[in-house]
Amino acid sequence: MKLNEYQVEGFFDEMFAADGTPRSHAATLLQNLSRLPEGELEVRQRGAESAFFYSGVTFSVYGDQAGTEKIFPFDIVPRIIPADEWRAIEEGLKQRITALNLLIDDLYHDQRIIGDGVLPKEIVYSSKAYRPQCMGFNPPRGVWCHITGTDLIRHRDGQVYVLEDNLRCPSGVSYVLENRRIMQSLFPHVFAEQRIRSVRTYTSKLRDLLEHLAPDSVRNPHAVLLSPGIYNSAYFEHSFLAQQMGIELVEGRDLVVHQDRVYVRTTHGFERVDVIYRRIDDDFLDPETFRSDSLLGVPGIMRAYQSGHVALVNAPGTGVADDKVIYAYVPRIVKYYLDQEVILPNVPTYICAEEEGLRYTLEHLDELVVKAANEAGGYGMLVGPHSTAEQRADFAVRVKANPRNYISQPTMALSRVPTLVGGDLEGRHVDLRPYILYGREIFVLPGGLTRVALRKGSLVVNSSQGGGSKDTWVLDDAPTPAPAGPSQTQSQTA
Amino acid sequence: MLSRVAESIYWISRYVERAENVARFIDVNLQLMIDAPAGFDQQWLPLVYTTGDQDEFKRRYSSPNAESVVRFLAFDLENPNSIVRCVRAARENARTVREIISSEMWLQLNKFHLMVSSAAARGGGILDRHDFFGEVKLASQTFAGLTNSTLTHGEPWHWCRLGRQLERADKTSRMLDVKYFILLRSVADVGSAFDEVQWAAVLRSASAFEMYRKRFGRIAVPNIVDFLMLHREFPRAVLYCLTTARDALHAISGTPLGTFRHAPEKLLGQLCSELAYTTVEELLSVGLHEYIDRLQTKINQVGNGIFESFLALRAPE
Repeated sequence: MKLNEYQVEGFFDEMFAADGTPRSHAATLLQNLSRLPEGELEVRQRGAESAFFYSGVTFSVYGDQAGTEKIFPFDIVPRIIPADEWRAIEEGLKQRITALNLLIDDLYHDQRIIGDGVLPKEIVYSSKAYRPQCMGFNPPRGVWCHITGTDLIRHRDGQVYVLEDNLRCPSGVSYVLENRRIMQSLFPHVFAEQRIRSVRTYTSKLRDLLEHLAPDSVRNPHAVLLSPGIYNSAYFEHSFLAQQMGIELVEGRDLVVHQDRVYVRTTHGFERVDVIYRRIDDDFLDPETFRSDSLLGVPGIMRAYQSGHVALVNAPGTGVADDKVIYAYVPRIVKYYLDQEVILPNVPTYICAEEEGLRYTLEHLDELVVKAANEAGGYGMLVGPHSTAEQRADFAVRVKANPRNYISQPTMALSRVPTLVGGDLEGRHVDLRPYILYGREIFVLPGGLTRVALRKGSLVVNSSQGGGSKDTWVLDDAPTPAPAGPSQTQSQTA
Repeated sequence: MLSRVAESIYWISRYVERAENVARFIDVNLQLMIDAPAGFDQQWLPLVYTTGDQDEFKRRYSSPNAESVVRFLAFDLENPNSIVRCVRAARENARTVREIISSEMWLQLNKFHLMVSSAAARGGGILDRHDFFGEVKLASQTFAGLTNSTLTHGEPWHWCRLGRQLERADKTSRMLDVKYFILLRSVADVGSAFDEVQWAAVLRSASAFEMYRKRFGRIAVPNIVDFLMLHREFPRAVLYCLTTARDALHAISGTPLGTFRHAPEKLLGQLCSELAYTTVEELLSVGLHEYIDRLQTKINQVGNGIFESFLALRAPE
């Protein structure tokens, strides 16, 4: 296929330099693509789509009456990250997650960071995800946030910024693993010609992490994944992860708490559960402690947790650190706990709770992205340059009514990756969500989920709003050790 | 394993087996329609009787003919036992236990579901979709084969087997009952050449024609009853199905064969012994229809007992 008509159009392109020449890390792929006959890439794209369709790799859109399941759109052209660039991202993520864990632990203990005047008390106490019920609690192995999916973007200036910390139940890792599986079957030559870091270890690492958190007295830990059930938008992922880890997927109705211990109903009676990877928000986890109208959770599970008989992953209360306002303080938080400068900078952020931030936000609504503090999935968001006067007026009212709940950021020119559109490649905006596991040590899955805004010019990458995904390749520059040859296979003697 | 998961797996295989059997009923009647002598009045209502949903059918359809019966049994979204609904129910159950069954099983069930729903949406006369019923049989058998070759033969597999074999025992007995009880009374020419064609069709609907030939040769009613009810090794014979269901149930509970701890073990054991120590003459002297009627009631009791003993666990107070 022809690649010479591709336009970068003044954006940072992950595959082509500003003058349109290919970046060196993309050379192997681009050579392979240029050798493909006309139309072949589309054929493979359709092959990938039908593979997802038949294996039921789907998500649900809330509020969509038409049908509960949709295929997550997939684009066949991957995003490639060179080895050295990835190393910097990895270091930055490790630094950030270390600091955020120290923050959460501090907020539920001595609150030194408030006492020292770095983080305002009102911001913490007014956070919807702050859980006074967790005060003084020490989570198993001292970690609150075991699983994180941090959203990164690259701006026109080439710099990678942190857009959001997702510390509650970040989803999407299953698509990383499935996208890779499909890509390897579609482009075996490309994978053979260059070394791309594997993502396959993720589920083993996750299982190790869960078992690591079991109470010391348990010899063979029994870990389960707690899902809200098949109507949850991420149900495919819950079931996929449980299957790949070889643990049980349970729903609230499968669990019962008896004398502060958690049991699961089996065909042979009740069995103890030691670790729960819960994909249910704090609010719905335990009707005795949090929302009493929750039918998804397990009554008494917080009692069992607080008496140390069961581990919950991530720890309840963790969400306080992914409040979008507290996010604005992360560079100061890193400095405070680690005495380091932040490696991955934040997107410049105006805090509406601060007088100056509020004024600036209201005066520049047409250029800014305004976000509600506790919304995910692109809901409760205003993208200024793409908004109508009516929408801006509506947001101005909302922000003035509750400034604490809003931040604003300049509209970032997200970098672009060539994407297959009607047989040709066109640039589309992307972000990147790497996944981080914090168990015995911190593990960052090489790459992560590249989400792509498939609509021309759109900056919204959320799957619920017209986004799709791409495979993400982190190149490997480490030398390969020569493997020892296997012994010869026996054959029948003549 | 989780009670909820066991229940889902049990119903996945029951629903898949049910879809296959409905396809078998229809397929054979389509064959008969093509083979029938001129002036023969093709019976379609008996097919509805095999599923036990005759009241529902009569309420919603004016006359039983090929089109209406096939639509009701295969494609009717309001009939919970139609092929489309069975496969959908199997898939819905599978969605809740995807991490327990193998990816191959899930993929097959998903394809099965897509095939059946697109066929239902397509429409057209029954002779135009003649291939469909063969495809349903094949899809179900592929699923069963994948279950055997990709799922560890531990508890989940035993639940699959239990569901499938109970369902199959019930359906084989119904196939026999309908021919014996309904066709026999309504068709005047008993013993005619076409009567033999019909009996051969009953055997074919249980994929039993060739195996029957090897065992008995000539088509004779008592032998057919013997073969489909009392054969110990033919995989769709009622005795074989119940014996394997019993083995699966004991593998699940860990209770040694020949003994019982739960009500369904007792009932299923009695049922197997009764069939194992019965001759076809004794069975026919009771009346085949009466015998099968009682058998089906007992199979239903086994199903209810399984639910009570293994799946509806109550929390300690």
